[in-house]
Amino acid sequence: MTSSSSANFVNIGERTNVTGSAAFKKLIMAGDYAKAVDVARQQVENGAQIIDVNMDEGLLDAEMAMTTFLKLIAAEPDIARVPVMIDSSKWSVIEAGLKCVSGKPIVNSISMKEGEAQFLEHARKCMAYGAAVVVMAFDEVGQADTKDRKVEICERAYKLLTGIGFPPEDIIFDPNVFAIATGIEEHNNYAVDFIEATREIKARCPHVHISGGLSNLSFSFRGNEPVRRAMHSVFLYYAIPAGMDMAIVNAGQLDIYDQIDPALRDACEDVILNRTPEATETMITIAERFKGTDVIAEKAAEEWRGWEVRRRLEHALVKGIDAYIVEDTEEARQQAARPIEVIEGPLMDGMNVVGDLFGSGKMFLPQVVKSARVMKKAVAHLIPYIEAAKEPGAKAKGRIIMATVKGDVHDIGKNIVGVVLQCNGYEVIDLGVMVPWPKILEAAKEHDADIIGLSGLITPSLDEMVTVAEEMQRIGMTIPLMIGGATTSKVHTALRIDKAYEGPVIHVLDASRAVGVASTLLSDTQAEDFIAKVAAEYQHIRDLREGKEANPLLSLEDARNNAFPADMAHIAPPPAQPGLHVFPSWDLADLRSCIDWTPFFRAWELAGNYPAILTDEVVGETATSLFADAQKMLDQIIAEKWLTATGVVGLWPCRREGDDVIIHLVEQEQHVRIPFLRQQIRKSRDRANMCLADFISHDGDWIGGFAVGIHGIDAHIARFQAGHDDYSDILLKALADRFAEAFAERLHQYVRTTLWAYAPGEQLTNEALIKEEYRGIRPAPGYPACPDHSLKPILFDLLNATPATGITLTDSFAMLPTAAVSGFYFGHQQAEYFGVARIGHDQVEDYAKRRGMPLAEAERWLRPNLD
Amino acid sequence: MTSAREKLFAEAAKRVLMTDGAWGTQIQGFGLKEEDYAGDLGLSHDQKGNNDILILTRPDVIEKITRSYLDAGSDIISTNTFSSTQISQADYGAEHLVHRLNVESAKLARRTADEYEAKDGRPRFVAGCVGPTNKTLSLSPDVNDPGYREIDFDTLKNVYREQIDALVEGGVDFILIETVFDTLNAKAGIKAVLEAQDALGRDIPIMLSMTLTDLSGRNLSGHTVEAFWYAVRHAKPVTIGLNCSFGAEQLRPHVRVLSDIADTLIMIYPNAGLPNDLGEYDELPAQTAALVREWADHGQVNVLGGCCGSSPAHIAAIAKAVTGLKPREISHPPVLTHLAGLEPMTIAA
Repeated sequence: MTSSSSANFVNIGERTNVTGSAAFKKLIMAGDYAKAVDVARQQVENGAQIIDVNMDEGLLDAEMAMTTFLKLIAAEPDIARVPVMIDSSKWSVIEAGLKCVSGKPIVNSISMKEGEAQFLEHARKCMAYGAAVVVMAFDEVGQADTKDRKVEICERAYKLLTGIGFPPEDIIFDPNVFAIATGIEEHNNYAVDFIEATREIKARCPHVHISGGLSNLSFSFRGNEPVRRAMHSVFLYYAIPAGMDMAIVNAGQLDIYDQIDPALRDACEDVILNRTPEATETMITIAERFKGTDVIAEKAAEEWRGWEVRRRLEHALVKGIDAYIVEDTEEARQQAARPIEVIEGPLMDGMNVVGDLFGSGKMFLPQVVKSARVMKKAVAHLIPYIEAAKEPGAKAKGRIIMATVKGDVHDIGKNIVGVVLQCNGYEVIDLGVMVPWPKILEAAKEHDADIIGLSGLITPSLDEMVTVAEEMQRIGMTIPLMIGGATTSKVHTALRIDKAYEGPVIHVLDASRAVGVASTLLSDTQAEDFIAKVAAEYQHIRDLREGKEANPLLSLEDARNNAFPADMAHIAPPPAQPGLHVFPSWDLADLRSCIDWTPFFRAWELAGNYPAILTDEVVGETATSLFADAQKMLDQIIAEKWLTATGVVGLWPCRREGDDVIIHLVEQEQHVRIPFLRQQIRKSRDRANMCLADFISHDGDWIGGFAVGIHGIDAHIARFQAGHDDYSDILLKALADRFAEAFAERLHQYVRTTLWAYAPGEQLTNEALIKEEYRGIRPAPGYPACPDHSLKPILFDLLNATPATGITLTDSFAMLPTAAVSGFYFGHQQAEYFGVARIGHDQVEDYAKRRGMPLAEAERWLRPNLD
Repeated sequence: MTSAREKLFAEAAKRVLMTDGAWGTQIQGFGLKEEDYAGDLGLSHDQKGNNDILILTRPDVIEKITRSYLDAGSDIISTNTFSSTQISQADYGAEHLVHRLNVESAKLARRTADEYEAKDGRPRFVAGCVGPTNKTLSLSPDVNDPGYREIDFDTLKNVYREQIDALVEGGVDFILIETVFDTLNAKAGIKAVLEAQDALGRDIPIMLSMTLTDLSGRNLSGHTVEAFWYAVRHAKPVTIGLNCSFGAEQLRPHVRVLSDIADTLIMIYPNAGLPNDLGEYDELPAQTAALVREWADHGQVNVLGGCCGSSPAHIAAIAKAVTGLKPREISHPPVLTHLAGLEPMTIAA
């Protein structure tokens, strides 16, 4: 929640303001406080960082309404978590509100309108209740309109307030946003006056903030929403750099500056910056063109809206347009005899087209997920009618239970498969992440499932999948088990999972194959052949393994004798800043510039490297559209501070002892042993059998560790899921993952140049960073050079990572939040990545001893390296 | 004469200071009977359990406990007035005694503290203890009516004001608003002190201490430690901290957070561990001392003490464990706008 550095604009929600929202006013006037509270909740869910509450309405007992509403939202933790702005022109209403607010609110507003004495009395009370305050640029003479008056009044107020000990950081000036383009010449410079005054006030009054209500600005274009939105966006584009740091505005109703129609944008700039005498005339002419339209809806409103409803539904599904889906579904429902026919008829037909296009490679995953979003919204609209008619639901092609197994939290892939299956008429029961096997089996029985699908990303999940298979076997299940996820493989499935379960076990390589596999498994005619074929294939894999003289391993002793002879003349110097460094909120805008996009497209099963993928003949169009959506969401993530990047770095003295690194915690007078694993595969020619410890000197050296995590997606994911929006759900998760990786890369750079500073002069482009053209490595526990996930708790303890960053570990040592990276830093000139790969039993025994853990446990964590 | 505020900061710059430990469990140890509590006050209700009334009926017990803590090494001694308010005394039909309870308790603590200070020259301080009452401003006691409140801000503030005026009259150095489970209750207490201050025309330094009700680090009204600090920072307290809650072990992460952000002294007085199955605290003095010492080792605290289950032996053990350790240096975080709902919100400069 803490914001830092450049991205520091605060949106204040305005929907709980009777003067700003007709809908809210209606609810309050009718005494429907329950719905009014929902409005507050939506605002917070939509990213409002503060909610403005205003009950100034002539026919209302404003004190009563204010206190009632504030007490009610205090009872809702998901609303009460954000600060409140108590907004009224009546002091009595404000003070009544202050007595109900338990955190530290903002009072909006006080001014010198009634003279200094009253102004200071109100300010003192704000101090006694513990509130920040908005001060209007208003004095005994009136409201400030010109730049000079605004600056003069604010500076006077600042001196008075700081004179009575009011904390300057708790002062927010509102220098009055007035209507422009009214046709009255004196009004033409109002926006310029505001922007210029903002700059000056910020310079003269240290620590204060500047706020304003935007709706006044475009008052003369009432009823012309596209124009008003554009004006507000352009205004902020200039006011924010001048120092405006908050605004009462509906965050959903701002356009992205670059996406405003250029003609409209130019006209807005002319009136806001008062660039030409004709600006208002031009603006009014142009505004006419946009009246009654909506920039986004404009194109959508084209010819397809005139088609008959079946075709419109198909079009919406194939194109992924959800703007009209509810009204079109409703129209179809009214024409249909029974609501279920809409699903079984036009909607399923439309999805079949999507399925065919996807199957034939003419549509790609991001588009399919968008289509699914449209479908879900349509179905959500119909369900109440279907239930009311007490009809059975649509008959699905099959019912599939899906789960990410216990200990694992990764679900992007599983969600994509789920969406694709649903698009193709399967009923998917998604049990979520970290699902223990009893729950999976129970759900399968309860729902009489046709297939179970398991997913996992980290290596311990492989074992958990074997457990699920064993338990399915134990209770005598026979339904097919589908296996997917990044660490899974056909070989592992054949060798371990298939052997544990007599029913069909199928490894599914990616989402695009899930439908084919599911439909074949559930087909009356093809299932038997398919299952037999796969079983034979897996048997073949097992036979090959058994018969194969596995590449013989060196003994651990021989492997050690062939260790990498790092030249200890090239160890990294001692760090400039040893010890722990916590970064509670790294600037997301900075991380954005370090994002490696290629894996992002891979997550969506689009093959190719960024940026070439954007112009790729086959997937270029989809990739471009996906990239644009990603950029749009990034803008929002940054502007509305959806996410927080927290991280910690530790740099410690250490020395090597055999294949272990002994870290010395100087302050705690403690030594911590980190055992590493060594390659045992027989190497050709003079290649070494590598171990990370080889990069550390026996005679004293340095090592580092880090953990980074991206927090805050949950509320947004919940919102997307509530809106049946899988597309945004997956998009946000994929972006959070990218942020985590970018943060790890960025932090490593900061360590190399500043904290450890062994490469202070390093100058690398983002491409070079992605290609890792720098000195030093950052291997992560659970990945090839250091494959034991169970080293993570040791690393976390060293870093004090959980208290410092909020990142926690599951039973299987997956990190939460999911978008997180942790690892060690090695600074030796010759340090490089490698894979430990297969190791011998001698090393596992030795390792267990060094770790001080039972052999069986070591075998469990290292199983993928033992097969 | 230097003010109590300045004197406390001067002492805290030299060493880790000690406050006292539990009162309730100490009083229990005396095995008092109804007649001990009731005395000859002629009250209509049973008084057993009304610990605060003992200042009038068995002042010798209160004095003994006060002395036992001062002997154990407490620099700060609190008054036995956790429940000396109209609200809490109403349960015992003793509302009319509120003024006396506070004045007498404060006088006893003052007298005893001054005696010890005169003996060895080491400053001793008296903290006038203000409990949270059993009413809450932020929560509805009626699940069907979330907007209902049993009490309003001004009523609670006036209740506190009566207690605070009496404590100040009896000679306390600080008003200790403690065991804050509802942040808005604390804000009413702060407002009462500020008003008393205006009426008297002098500084009445405040000490604030929050109690956590769940391990994620929130109090009952839902505020995180950080949000709490921003919500009460306007009190310009001499100490901010945590008491009661769980044992020291569970408080660790939250102490650290507070230590980083608060530009004033940190005072922590946890329970002696978590209660066992019988509701008894069985953490030994040496255990508590070892746990809280860690905070001092890391320079995270200025004042230590104990809450439920702790005894003079705990205080002595802690005092011994932290002797010679460097006290926390007060942090000076950058000047930023901090707001708070249940969670903190910071606006960058």
